[in-house]
Amino acid sequence: CGGAWRRAWQRGTALTGPAPAPAPGPFPRGQRAAACDARGGAVPAGKSGLAPWVPVVGLEIHAQISSNSKLFSGSQVQFAAPPNSLVSFFDASLPGTLPVLNRRCVEAAVMTGLALNCSINKKSLFDRKHYFYADLPAGYQITQQRVPIAVNGSLSYSLCIDNKMSQMVTKTVRIKQIQLEQDSGKSLHDDTRSQTLVDLNRAGVGLMEVVMEPDLCCGEEAAAAVRELQLILQTLGSSQAVMAEGQLRVDANVSVHHPGEPYGVRTEVKNINSIRFLAKAVDYEIQRQIEELENGGTILNETRAFDSKLGCTVPMRDKEGKQDYRFMPEPNLPPLILYDAKSLPANMNHQQVINIDWIHERLPDLPSVKREKLVEQYGILPEHSFALLNEDGLAEFYENVVKQTPMKPKRVIGWVLNDLLSYLKQHSLTVKESPVSSFLLADLLNLLEKKEISSTAAKQVLAELWKGEGKTPLEIVKEQKLQLLQDQKELEQICQAVIDRQQNEVIMMVLG
Amino acid sequence: QVSAALKEGRVTPTELCQQCLSLIKNTKFLNAYITIAEETALKQAEASEERYKRGQPLGVLDGIPIAVKDNFNTTGIETTCASHMLRGYISPYNATVVQKLLDQGAVLLGKTNLDEFAMGSGSTDGVFGPVRNPWSYSRQYKEKSVPKSHSEDKESNWVITGGSSGGSAAAVSSFTCFAALGSDTGGSTRNPAAHCGVVGLKPTYGLISRHGLIPLVNSMDVPGILTRCVDDAAVVLGSLAGHDPKDSTTIQDNFKPFELPSLTDVSKLSIGIPKEYHAPGLSGEILALWSKAADLFRNAGAKVVEVSLPHTCYSIVCYHVLCTAEVASNMARFDGLEYGHRSDMNESTESMYAATRREGFNDVVRGRILSGNYFLLKQNYEKYFVKAQKVRRLIANDFVKVFQSGVDVLLTPTTLSDAAPYKEFIKEDNRTRSAQNDILTQAANMAGLPAINVPTALSERGLPVGLQFIGRSFQEQQLLTVAKWFEKQVQFPMIQLEVKRHDHDAFQHEKSASFS
Repeated sequence: CGGAWRRAWQRGTALTGPAPAPAPGPFPRGQRAAACDARGGAVPAGKSGLAPWVPVVGLEIHAQISSNSKLFSGSQVQFAAPPNSLVSFFDASLPGTLPVLNRRCVEAAVMTGLALNCSINKKSLFDRKHYFYADLPAGYQITQQRVPIAVNGSLSYSLCIDNKMSQMVTKTVRIKQIQLEQDSGKSLHDDTRSQTLVDLNRAGVGLMEVVMEPDLCCGEEAAAAVRELQLILQTLGSSQAVMAEGQLRVDANVSVHHPGEPYGVRTEVKNINSIRFLAKAVDYEIQRQIEELENGGTILNETRAFDSKLGCTVPMRDKEGKQDYRFMPEPNLPPLILYDAKSLPANMNHQQVINIDWIHERLPDLPSVKREKLVEQYGILPEHSFALLNEDGLAEFYENVVKQTPMKPKRVIGWVLNDLLSYLKQHSLTVKESPVSSFLLADLLNLLEKKEISSTAAKQVLAELWKGEGKTPLEIVKEQKLQLLQDQKELEQICQAVIDRQQNEVIMMVLG
Repeated sequence: QVSAALKEGRVTPTELCQQCLSLIKNTKFLNAYITIAEETALKQAEASEERYKRGQPLGVLDGIPIAVKDNFNTTGIETTCASHMLRGYISPYNATVVQKLLDQGAVLLGKTNLDEFAMGSGSTDGVFGPVRNPWSYSRQYKEKSVPKSHSEDKESNWVITGGSSGGSAAAVSSFTCFAALGSDTGGSTRNPAAHCGVVGLKPTYGLISRHGLIPLVNSMDVPGILTRCVDDAAVVLGSLAGHDPKDSTTIQDNFKPFELPSLTDVSKLSIGIPKEYHAPGLSGEILALWSKAADLFRNAGAKVVEVSLPHTCYSIVCYHVLCTAEVASNMARFDGLEYGHRSDMNESTESMYAATRREGFNDVVRGRILSGNYFLLKQNYEKYFVKAQKVRRLIANDFVKVFQSGVDVLLTPTTLSDAAPYKEFIKEDNRTRSAQNDILTQAANMAGLPAINVPTALSERGLPVGLQFIGRSFQEQQLLTVAKWFEKQVQFPMIQLEVKRHDHDAFQHEKSASFS
């Protein structure tokens, strides 16, 4: 998206004279630095009022692989288990232990690579990355520095303009590579007793590091790209990608520069663990860098952390200076060889090989494909399809309702997105926890469709249904006498009764 | 021989074990063992005895006393690597090779001495002190070595074992066990085997599991086998070789143990004599022995050809770069957190690391870590590490070409000379000595090839001298068959140890020096 900023700026400067150039103006603190492109608004400019800033954002995302056991050992993978209860001899790096690659982790990485349009390397290698840290027992991490398992992919994501769902743009960020690597353990620092406690349960869990090219330009884009990646991973099942549990962690590389000039010095904001914070952290960092530079300061190539309470990024203290990781090939693991249908040796044991084509054929529909299908099949708007996929199980819920009612899918979508979803959000419920099943909602919509109740009445019934008392919509309608009248004579009688009761008004009206 | 005796009941496993244990005590001055596992050994011997009584021994190795170099993990017995860093460390698991030996009924007597973390070629640089070569106390050596002056203490003439598996070689040589495990990264099994007059086999890389061997250089380490004869080495190899799911670098196929034929006709053999092994510093004595051995083959009808391995001279420097780089990496885990020595220094995590590693490692280990890290620095990586790897490939290709030309096995010296007296040896530092002593052996590690030291003759000083055969990848059977034929021809003399005996049984083993 740096490109987009650049284009906007170039357009602005090239068109002199009558054409209205985007007004460069001051860029007040608090306004999202990112806002410009997507909202078509101002390009931030320096105090000189001439040179605008172009933010460049690249992400590195660590996704924990959803697998029973760790990347190179047989210990279980489980969140929130008692400390150090899931540690094999290898995980604790006992001398003489050797890594044994977990097939499931390789398959997960291949799936993810294919889903992100990567080319899968038929031969990839493992390397050791050295640094001393208490929660890295071996003194090195096994990763894929030289030849990763997947390279050169792309991820399309969409974001809305002006915060309205009605205008969405689709963008693409290039994926540089996906590499398999080990997670580290966790250190707990007890400052008062100046102790560090180490939990190795996470040490050695398989990670996929997805490295994106610096194609993004603002927090919103970063957030949208990560959200899409998260949905893809969850669809594939290659990672549960729950950010709150650390299964998806984002590092953002941020720099700003003037168009036509080389990239600025970048900072890395590490370990961002929520999508909302990601947007905030990136925008804050862009803004901070611009202000720093405008005030004549310089940007240090440093690692920073996002303080969610203060809403700002702060330098991290433990990483001083540049580290030399002294990369070296991992000598205990032979090259990882993958096959496709063509290269698969005939006499190979299937347990021993991984066939890329086989995995490709079995990929589930990705979110983008699912959305297209929903739009095509039900005639709903693209933004509706986004909303449906944004909640786990919502699309299935919607489809189930559609199947059980003659109401047009286009009408059903309003009930699902406006009524059901807003209720669930208000009460922080997941779709699965909804007190109203797809069956009940379909039942209700059927009454509406058959014109037995009005849509106002339907909302009343729905309000009753939320209580989850086990009544059917029809029962509620009868109880509260909400049905519409179908009998012409009865309706006439009611009208007559009303007229009779209001003799004076009737006379007044007749007299004009 | 012993195996047959056990089967026939002429000797029981317990008797055998007790004899070995008492001999270990009598030869304590050799410093071959770091830990003696008397209690567990006797228990294992009893269990073995039960099996023999029931007529159900587990195989040839059942009841055979063995020793294991102290860099293989053993449950219940300390694994120290002869380092302060691991003093008192008891591993929670057995190395695959140890487990395999125990599963076949072998009796584990103890853990043998070595250079700290196997870094050395003398078995002189461990925290438990140097290992003394049993031949220092042989009648053969004493008769031939004339003290230069009478003032010189006779005791101080003892010679080194070579290393780093010197404890294992000394243990086998002094009859305290029938077979021992060593490790071989640059010659650490073959070098002491040559100096101690025993058979030392370095199998093909990937044939035997390294799981549980505390690594020196992962890409070159192999468990080594030390025995008194080639047949024994074949038996032990058969019990250890094959795929191990815990070591991804082992071969996928299962290994079929073999018995060695007694070769009578060598006329179909082609023996290569690599001219580059005529290295600077090679003693005239060994050169003569080498030629004599070549003649032996030629006279028996074998084809003996001079061959060239042109990149040999670059091998030792490349070995040094690759070795130290992997050492730097492998030693990173010793930070005092999870296991091993931890310094009392507690000002910060970093100062604790630094103090732990300073206190835990000797100068040799620290020196190799330092140079290894230097070679791995981003700015040096291409210049040193990558270059050394490329040369390593050239060295391996040299061997491939020679074997493709029709050569079956290569015949070379194992060492430049016979064993040096300790006093002489320590005049040079570990690095210089390693460069000298690994010169003829490390190329086989660089290329991953199988190689074996066969004790050949006694030097003028009455010390053992061995020759090395290098075979094709995974062609251990052919290599050992040739070695066996050669062993039979040279009739290497039995060591005549002069040890004060507290136990008159001690030398009964001379009659049953081998077990197969």
